[in-house]
Amino acid sequence: MTIDWPHFSPLHALTGGALIGLASVMLMLLHGRIAGISGILGGLLAGLLGDSSKPEVLWRLAFLLGLLYAPLLYRQWEVVGPIHVEAGNGTLVAAGLLVGFGTRLAGGCTSGHGICGLSRLSIRSLVAVCAFMAAGFVTVGVVRHLLA
Amino acid sequence: MRSVSVFLCGLVFGIGLIVSGMADPANVIGFLDLAGLWNPQLALVMAGAVAVGLAGFALARRRTHPLLAGAEGTMHWPTATRVDRRLMLGSVLFGVGWGLAGFCPGPALVGVGLGNGDAVVFTVAMLAGMFLHRKLAPHLPG
Repeated sequence: MTIDWPHFSPLHALTGGALIGLASVMLMLLHGRIAGISGILGGLLAGLLGDSSKPEVLWRLAFLLGLLYAPLLYRQWEVVGPIHVEAGNGTLVAAGLLVGFGTRLAGGCTSGHGICGLSRLSIRSLVAVCAFMAAGFVTVGVVRHLLA
Repeated sequence: MRSVSVFLCGLVFGIGLIVSGMADPANVIGFLDLAGLWNPQLALVMAGAVAVGLAGFALARRRTHPLLAGAEGTMHWPTATRVDRRLMLGSVLFGVGWGLAGFCPGPALVGVGLGNGDAVVFTVAMLAGMFLHRKLAPHLPG
Protein backbone atom coordinates (compact mmCIF):
# COMPACT_ATOMS: atom_id res chain seq x y z
CA MET A 1 0.00 0.00 0.00
CA THR A 2 1.25 3.46 -0.95
CA ILE A 3 -0.01 6.47 0.98
CA ASP A 4 -1.13 9.51 -0.98
CA TRP A 5 0.69 12.03 1.27
CA PRO A 6 0.10 15.18 -0.87
CA HIS A 7 -3.68 14.80 -0.53
CA PHE A 8 -3.64 13.76 3.14
CA SER A 9 -4.13 16.58 5.62
CA PRO A 10 -4.54 15.20 9.18
CA LEU A 11 -5.24 18.61 10.71
CA HIS A 12 -8.09 19.35 8.28
CA ALA A 13 -9.43 15.80 8.70
CA LEU A 14 -9.55 16.05 12.50
CA THR A 15 -10.88 19.64 12.60
CA GLY A 16 -13.55 18.96 9.98
CA GLY A 17 -14.44 15.65 11.61
CA ALA A 18 -14.80 17.31 15.00
CA LEU A 19 -17.17 19.90 13.46
CA ILE A 20 -19.29 17.13 11.92
CA GLY A 21 -19.39 15.37 15.31
CA LEU A 22 -20.26 18.64 17.05
CA ALA A 23 -23.15 19.33 14.64
CA SER A 24 -24.49 15.78 15.21
CA VAL A 25 -24.31 16.17 19.01
CA MET A 26 -25.95 19.62 18.84
CA LEU A 27 -28.85 18.31 16.77
CA MET A 28 -29.49 15.51 19.33
CA LEU A 29 -28.90 17.59 22.45
CA LEU A 30 -30.91 20.63 21.30
CA HIS A 31 -33.58 18.98 19.15
CA GLY A 32 -33.52 15.24 19.89
CA ARG A 33 -32.80 14.24 16.31
CA ILE A 34 -30.20 12.04 14.64
CA ALA A 35 -28.08 13.82 12.02
CA GLY A 36 -28.43 11.18 9.33
CA ILE A 37 -28.58 12.92 5.98
CA SER A 38 -30.29 10.11 4.05
CA GLY A 39 -32.89 9.73 6.81
CA ILE A 40 -33.54 13.47 6.93
CA LEU A 41 -33.90 13.57 3.12
CA GLY A 42 -36.09 10.47 3.03
CA GLY A 43 -38.31 11.87 5.78
CA LEU A 44 -38.59 15.16 3.92
CA LEU A 45 -39.61 13.31 0.77
CA ALA A 46 -42.26 11.42 2.74
CA GLY A 47 -43.44 14.68 4.26
CA LEU A 48 -43.72 16.44 0.91
CA LEU A 49 -45.71 13.49 -0.41
CA GLY A 50 -48.11 13.97 2.47
CA ASP A 51 -47.06 11.28 4.95
CA SER A 52 -45.99 13.39 7.91
CA SER A 53 -46.81 16.53 9.85
CA LYS A 54 -45.64 20.08 9.18
CA PRO A 55 -43.05 20.25 12.03
CA GLU A 56 -41.48 17.04 10.68
CA VAL A 57 -40.99 18.72 7.31
CA LEU A 58 -39.82 22.03 8.81
CA TRP A 59 -36.86 20.82 10.86
CA ARG A 60 -35.63 18.63 8.02
CA LEU A 61 -35.83 21.52 5.58
CA ALA A 62 -33.98 23.82 8.01
CA PHE A 63 -31.13 21.32 8.46
CA LEU A 64 -30.77 20.66 4.74
CA LEU A 65 -30.82 24.39 3.94
CA GLY A 66 -27.95 24.83 6.42
CA LEU A 67 -26.03 22.09 4.63
CA LEU A 68 -26.66 23.70 1.23
CA TYR A 69 -25.71 27.14 2.52
CA ALA A 70 -22.43 25.94 4.11
CA PRO A 71 -20.28 26.29 0.96
CA LEU A 72 -21.71 29.74 0.22
CA LEU A 73 -20.87 30.98 3.72
CA TYR A 74 -17.48 29.28 3.84
CA ARG A 75 -16.62 30.92 0.52
CA GLN A 76 -16.58 34.30 2.31
CA TRP A 77 -13.45 33.25 4.22
CA GLU A 78 -11.67 30.76 2.02
CA VAL A 79 -11.59 29.27 -1.43
CA VAL A 80 -13.90 26.24 -1.66
CA GLY A 81 -13.32 23.60 -4.29
CA PRO A 82 -13.28 22.94 -7.12
CA ILE A 83 -14.44 19.40 -6.39
CA HIS A 84 -13.25 16.60 -8.65
CA VAL A 85 -15.77 14.18 -10.13
CA GLU A 86 -14.44 11.47 -12.43
CA ALA A 87 -17.74 9.73 -13.10
CA GLY A 88 -19.70 10.55 -16.25
CA ASN A 89 -23.43 11.30 -16.27
CA GLY A 90 -24.51 7.67 -16.76
CA THR A 91 -22.40 6.50 -13.83
CA LEU A 92 -23.60 9.41 -11.69
CA VAL A 93 -27.24 8.48 -12.32
CA ALA A 94 -26.61 4.79 -11.53
CA ALA A 95 -24.63 5.75 -8.42
CA GLY A 96 -27.31 8.17 -7.26
CA LEU A 97 -30.06 5.57 -7.66
CA LEU A 98 -28.00 2.99 -5.71
CA VAL A 99 -27.16 5.45 -2.93
CA GLY A 100 -30.76 6.69 -2.63
CA PHE A 101 -32.32 3.22 -2.65
CA GLY A 102 -29.58 1.57 -0.60
CA THR A 103 -29.43 4.14 2.21
CA ARG A 104 -33.19 4.02 2.68
CA LEU A 105 -33.21 0.23 2.70
CA ALA A 106 -30.36 0.16 5.22
CA GLY A 107 -31.86 2.99 7.26
CA GLY A 108 -28.77 5.17 7.15
CA CYS A 109 -25.60 6.29 5.40
CA THR A 110 -22.14 7.55 6.33
CA SER A 111 -23.63 10.07 8.76
CA GLY A 112 -26.53 8.17 10.36
CA HIS A 113 -24.85 4.77 10.63
CA GLY A 114 -21.26 5.96 10.31
CA ILE A 115 -20.93 8.92 12.66
CA CYS A 116 -24.07 8.82 14.82
CA GLY A 117 -24.38 5.02 14.92
CA LEU A 118 -20.76 4.38 15.85
CA SER A 119 -20.96 7.18 18.44
CA ARG A 120 -23.97 5.41 19.98
CA LEU A 121 -21.97 2.15 19.98
CA SER A 122 -24.67 0.50 17.85
CA ILE A 123 -23.72 -2.96 16.58
CA ARG A 124 -26.28 -2.66 13.77
CA SER A 125 -24.57 0.52 12.56
CA LEU A 126 -21.12 -1.03 12.88
CA VAL A 127 -22.26 -3.89 10.63
CA ALA A 128 -23.69 -1.38 8.14
CA VAL A 129 -20.43 0.61 8.09
CA CYS A 130 -18.36 -2.53 7.47
CA ALA A 131 -20.74 -3.58 4.67
CA PHE A 132 -20.80 -0.27 2.80
CA MET A 133 -17.07 0.27 3.20
CA ALA A 134 -16.29 -3.23 1.94
CA ALA A 135 -18.63 -2.66 -1.03
CA GLY A 136 -16.93 0.69 -1.68
CA PHE A 137 -13.43 -0.82 -1.55
CA VAL A 138 -14.44 -3.60 -3.96
CA THR A 139 -16.22 -1.20 -6.34
CA VAL A 140 -13.30 1.20 -6.61
CA GLY A 141 -10.89 -1.73 -6.97
CA VAL A 142 -12.93 -3.17 -9.84
CA VAL A 143 -13.55 0.17 -11.58
CA ARG A 144 -10.00 1.53 -11.24
CA HIS A 145 -7.90 -1.58 -11.51
CA LEU A 146 -9.82 -4.40 -13.20
CA LEU A 147 -11.87 -2.52 -15.80
CA ALA A 148 -9.47 0.37 -16.46
CA MET B 1 -35.98 30.12 16.84
CA ARG B 2 -35.91 26.32 16.72
CA SER B 3 -35.62 26.33 12.95
CA VAL B 4 -32.70 28.77 13.13
CA SER B 5 -30.94 26.47 15.57
CA VAL B 6 -31.52 23.41 13.33
CA PHE B 7 -30.30 25.46 10.35
CA LEU B 8 -27.09 26.23 12.28
CA CYS B 9 -26.59 22.50 12.99
CA GLY B 10 -26.81 21.82 9.25
CA LEU B 11 -24.47 24.70 8.57
CA VAL B 12 -21.81 23.43 11.00
CA PHE B 13 -22.20 19.92 9.57
CA GLY B 14 -21.64 21.24 6.05
CA ILE B 15 -18.65 23.37 7.03
CA GLY B 16 -17.18 20.26 8.68
CA LEU B 17 -17.59 18.36 5.41
CA ILE B 18 -15.81 21.14 3.50
CA VAL B 19 -12.97 21.65 6.02
CA SER B 20 -12.38 17.88 6.22
CA GLY B 21 -12.09 17.58 2.43
CA MET B 22 -15.01 15.14 2.30
CA ALA B 23 -17.03 17.43 0.03
CA ASP B 24 -14.60 16.44 -2.74
CA PRO B 25 -15.36 12.97 -4.17
CA ALA B 26 -11.68 12.63 -5.19
CA ASN B 27 -10.74 12.34 -1.49
CA VAL B 28 -13.44 9.70 -0.92
CA ILE B 29 -12.37 7.64 -3.93
CA GLY B 30 -8.78 8.10 -2.73
CA PHE B 31 -9.75 6.45 0.56
CA LEU B 32 -11.63 3.60 -1.13
CA ASP B 33 -8.76 2.91 -3.55
CA LEU B 34 -6.73 0.49 -1.44
CA ALA B 35 -4.81 -0.85 -4.43
CA GLY B 36 -3.77 2.57 -5.72
CA LEU B 37 -2.48 5.69 -3.98
CA TRP B 38 -4.32 5.42 -0.66
CA ASN B 39 -5.57 8.56 1.09
CA PRO B 40 -6.33 7.89 4.82
CA GLN B 41 -8.19 11.23 5.15
CA LEU B 42 -11.70 9.75 5.51
CA ALA B 43 -10.66 7.42 8.35
CA LEU B 44 -9.32 10.36 10.34
CA VAL B 45 -12.45 12.43 9.64
CA MET B 46 -14.57 9.57 11.04
CA ALA B 47 -12.26 9.27 14.04
CA GLY B 48 -12.54 13.00 14.79
CA ALA B 49 -16.32 12.97 14.39
CA VAL B 50 -16.85 9.81 16.45
CA ALA B 51 -14.55 11.05 19.24
CA VAL B 52 -16.75 14.13 19.66
CA GLY B 53 -19.90 12.06 19.08
CA LEU B 54 -19.05 9.48 21.78
CA ALA B 55 -18.65 12.15 24.44
CA GLY B 56 -21.60 14.24 23.26
CA PHE B 57 -24.05 11.37 22.86
CA ALA B 58 -23.11 9.99 26.29
CA LEU B 59 -24.13 13.39 27.66
CA ALA B 60 -27.31 13.48 25.55
CA ARG B 61 -28.31 9.99 26.79
CA ARG B 62 -28.89 11.40 30.27
CA ARG B 63 -31.56 13.79 29.03
CA THR B 64 -35.25 12.99 28.72
CA HIS B 65 -36.06 16.11 26.68
CA PRO B 66 -34.05 17.99 24.06
CA LEU B 67 -32.91 21.41 25.30
CA LEU B 68 -34.86 23.42 22.74
CA ALA B 69 -37.94 21.31 22.06
CA GLY B 70 -39.84 22.12 25.26
CA ALA B 71 -41.28 19.66 27.76
CA GLU B 72 -43.34 17.88 25.11
CA GLY B 73 -40.22 17.17 23.04
CA THR B 74 -38.64 13.73 23.07
CA MET B 75 -35.22 12.38 22.24
CA HIS B 76 -35.67 10.48 18.99
CA TRP B 77 -33.04 7.79 19.55
CA PRO B 78 -33.06 5.05 16.90
CA THR B 79 -34.68 1.89 18.19
CA ALA B 80 -33.71 -0.64 15.50
CA THR B 81 -31.04 -3.10 16.62
CA ARG B 82 -31.63 -6.02 14.27
CA VAL B 83 -29.02 -6.96 11.72
CA ASP B 84 -31.19 -8.21 8.87
CA ARG B 85 -31.14 -8.69 5.11
CA ARG B 86 -32.42 -5.18 4.45
CA LEU B 87 -29.54 -3.66 6.41
CA MET B 88 -26.97 -5.80 4.62
CA LEU B 89 -28.38 -5.47 1.09
CA GLY B 90 -29.05 -1.74 1.50
CA SER B 91 -25.55 -1.07 2.82
CA VAL B 92 -23.92 -3.03 0.00
CA LEU B 93 -25.98 -1.20 -2.67
CA PHE B 94 -25.10 2.11 -1.02
CA GLY B 95 -21.40 1.16 -0.92
CA VAL B 96 -21.38 0.31 -4.62
CA GLY B 97 -22.96 3.66 -5.53
CA TRP B 98 -20.59 5.46 -3.15
CA GLY B 99 -17.60 3.82 -4.82
CA LEU B 100 -18.88 4.59 -8.34
CA ALA B 101 -19.27 8.33 -7.82
CA GLY B 102 -17.46 9.20 -4.58
CA PHE B 103 -20.60 10.95 -3.31
CA CYS B 104 -22.67 10.05 -0.26
CA PRO B 105 -25.78 12.09 0.65
CA GLY B 106 -24.16 14.86 2.76
CA PRO B 107 -21.30 15.76 0.41
CA ALA B 108 -23.67 15.56 -2.58
CA LEU B 109 -25.84 18.29 -1.03
CA VAL B 110 -22.78 20.43 -0.27
CA GLY B 111 -21.83 19.96 -3.95
CA VAL B 112 -25.28 21.18 -4.95
CA GLY B 113 -24.71 24.23 -2.74
CA LEU B 114 -21.46 24.79 -4.61
CA GLY B 115 -23.42 24.78 -7.86
CA ASN B 116 -21.58 21.69 -9.14
CA GLY B 117 -23.52 20.13 -12.05
CA ASP B 118 -22.32 16.57 -11.34
CA ALA B 119 -23.54 16.84 -7.74
CA VAL B 120 -26.93 18.02 -9.04
CA VAL B 121 -27.22 15.03 -11.41
CA PHE B 122 -26.24 12.64 -8.60
CA THR B 123 -28.65 14.23 -6.11
CA VAL B 124 -31.63 14.10 -8.48
CA ALA B 125 -30.91 10.39 -9.12
CA MET B 126 -30.49 9.82 -5.37
CA LEU B 127 -33.91 11.35 -4.68
CA ALA B 128 -35.34 9.12 -7.42
CA GLY B 129 -33.73 6.13 -5.68
CA MET B 130 -35.34 7.13 -2.39
CA PHE B 131 -38.69 7.53 -4.13
CA LEU B 132 -38.25 4.09 -5.70
CA HIS B 133 -37.59 2.63 -2.25
CA ARG B 134 -40.84 4.17 -0.96
CA LYS B 135 -42.74 2.48 -3.77
CA LEU B 136 -41.01 -0.90 -3.47
CA ALA B 137 -40.47 -1.16 0.30
CA PRO B 138 -43.81 -2.83 1.08
CA HIS B 139 -43.03 -5.57 -1.45
CA LEU B 140 -39.47 -6.32 -0.33
CA PRO B 141 -38.75 -9.36 1.85
CA GLY B 142 -37.60 -8.63 5.41
